[in-house]
Amino acid sequence: MGIEVRGINKSFGATPVLRDVSVDVASGSLTALLGPSGGGKSTLLRVIAGLEQPDTGTVVISGTDATRLSPQRRNVGFVFQHYAAFKHMTVFDNVAFGLQIRKRPKDEIRRRVGELLELVHLDQFHKRYPAQLSGGQRQRMALARALAVEPEVLLLDEPFGALDAQVRKELRAWLRRLHDEVHVTTVFVTHDQEEAIEVADTIVVLAGGEVKQTGSPHEVYDNPADPFVMRFLGPVTEIDGQLVRPHDIELSTTPEPGTTPAVIDRVVRLGFEVRIEMRLRDGSDHEAWAQVTRGIVESLQLEPGGTVHVRPSPAARSLAVT
Amino acid sequence: MALSSTSTGSGLAPGPVRAVRRRKNPGTMLGLGTALIYLSLIVLIPLAAVVWKSTGQGPGFFWKAVTTPDAWASLQLTIGASVVVALVNLVMGTVIAWVLVRDRFPGKAVVDSLIDLPFALPTIVAGLVLLALYGSDSPLGVNLAYTRAGVLVALLFVTLPFVVRTVQPVLLELDRDMEQAAASLGAAPWTVFRRIILPNLLPAMVSGTALAFTRSIAEFGSTVLISGNLPFKTQVAAVQIFGQIENDNAVGAAAVSTVLLVVALAVLFALDLIQRWGARRG
Repeated sequence: MGIEVRGINKSFGATPVLRDVSVDVASGSLTALLGPSGGGKSTLLRVIAGLEQPDTGTVVISGTDATRLSPQRRNVGFVFQHYAAFKHMTVFDNVAFGLQIRKRPKDEIRRRVGELLELVHLDQFHKRYPAQLSGGQRQRMALARALAVEPEVLLLDEPFGALDAQVRKELRAWLRRLHDEVHVTTVFVTHDQEEAIEVADTIVVLAGGEVKQTGSPHEVYDNPADPFVMRFLGPVTEIDGQLVRPHDIELSTTPEPGTTPAVIDRVVRLGFEVRIEMRLRDGSDHEAWAQVTRGIVESLQLEPGGTVHVRPSPAARSLAVT
Repeated sequence: MALSSTSTGSGLAPGPVRAVRRRKNPGTMLGLGTALIYLSLIVLIPLAAVVWKSTGQGPGFFWKAVTTPDAWASLQLTIGASVVVALVNLVMGTVIAWVLVRDRFPGKAVVDSLIDLPFALPTIVAGLVLLALYGSDSPLGVNLAYTRAGVLVALLFVTLPFVVRTVQPVLLELDRDMEQAAASLGAAPWTVFRRIILPNLLPAMVSGTALAFTRSIAEFGSTVLISGNLPFKTQVAAVQIFGQIENDNAVGAAAVSTVLLVVALAVLFALDLIQRWGARRG
């Protein structure tokens, strides 16, 4: 096991931030800690790194109890949301820092830093200072710096949070590829469910300081443990007292077993997919929406003011609204 | 501005693209002019007058005025003491700034505002206080009156705020994540300080030290009482200059003043060079 977190409790003053949190991270995996802000995910990551001390509980990294070890002795690589670049050092010196601390021979340092800068596509920038780099380049430098010391685990705290949407998307895909090359046990924190689903092979959903669910991206998306996880992982709508994904709704023009009548309010065309916004005529007058293809809209001739009959598709996973 | 000047230009003479010239805004010109005239009146002309006065009777006369035994001794004392004071400030000012930013203790706000006291207090009052504390009737039993140690204490008192107040804001702004990143890369606390914190503070430390030094070489009020102004022993340059004026030796006074001026300017230029060097590195 790469990381074993057992029974962690942590409070800041009177506010509990982590409550009896236990997480297993398989070695070589890429795990996302996903949750709303204030859910405790960054604190958990910092506890693993030794940047915060837990009130109770243990952290075991690669079979060694690290709970009482200082950050400098844990051999973890940590990447911060705001890069934490050493701004008085060149890119080369930033990446070389951990190796210089370990008093590696100069030749080895030069070779290793060269390899890492190539890996993160910064080899032409080795003489620059962080202030002369873009946000995405700084974060790649921070990643190379963390990888330089060959850490047991790599921890990334909202690594792409400070970058604009386009760069964020590029770096996500790039992180996934990098992990496939380097295979270091990696945990990253994000509040973006799309990012977690796209990049991670395991997702740990944390909210209110507790682990809500752990599983592969499609497990947590398709079989959410509770309505909270279901809502957090993707869009939901409510039909007949059930939470359903809007793409798991069947529409027909005539009543069928189990359907609920509804009046269409709006038909929003978003390219290939179409959003049908409607009001349920089951006595509740609830608003609901369905995500369908253009083909369905045309074959059923769906228009505002028309009536449709809706039900969750038989294969759909739905949860009772609590 | 450049844009508007090209558009009027092309309106008059359509055809070849005219070179875009950066024309100064009238407001900028006015501001620059005012600043220059003010600086000239307040700083440059008086300084030039001092230099002119001291060298007006030839370099030989200037040199003789500077190297009279009491002038030379006062310059040596002033510059030597100022170097010591600047170095003590460098260390202690940084330590105080560190404590004020990084530590929590009761009364911190009071201590923080006390730092500015030497700025706010008339220096002659400071001199009086020091004489009462460390004079011949010292309630502490420490008599520094008429000693070089007394001069040092007075200079330390008036220059205390410089390093503290230059280092403090930099330390406040310093990214704590950098320190944590260094620690997680395996750096021990002392290494983090030496390799991460210190290089980022150094420009502020140097500039505070230089300011303390230049202030120290010009100090008069705080030293005049406690030093006793003994020539060859405790008389600092500023007091020596005052004495020359009283003895109607305006040229001698101007000559010593010029030396102080040159030393101060040299330090400020060196400081500027260091800061440019620091800025280049981002």
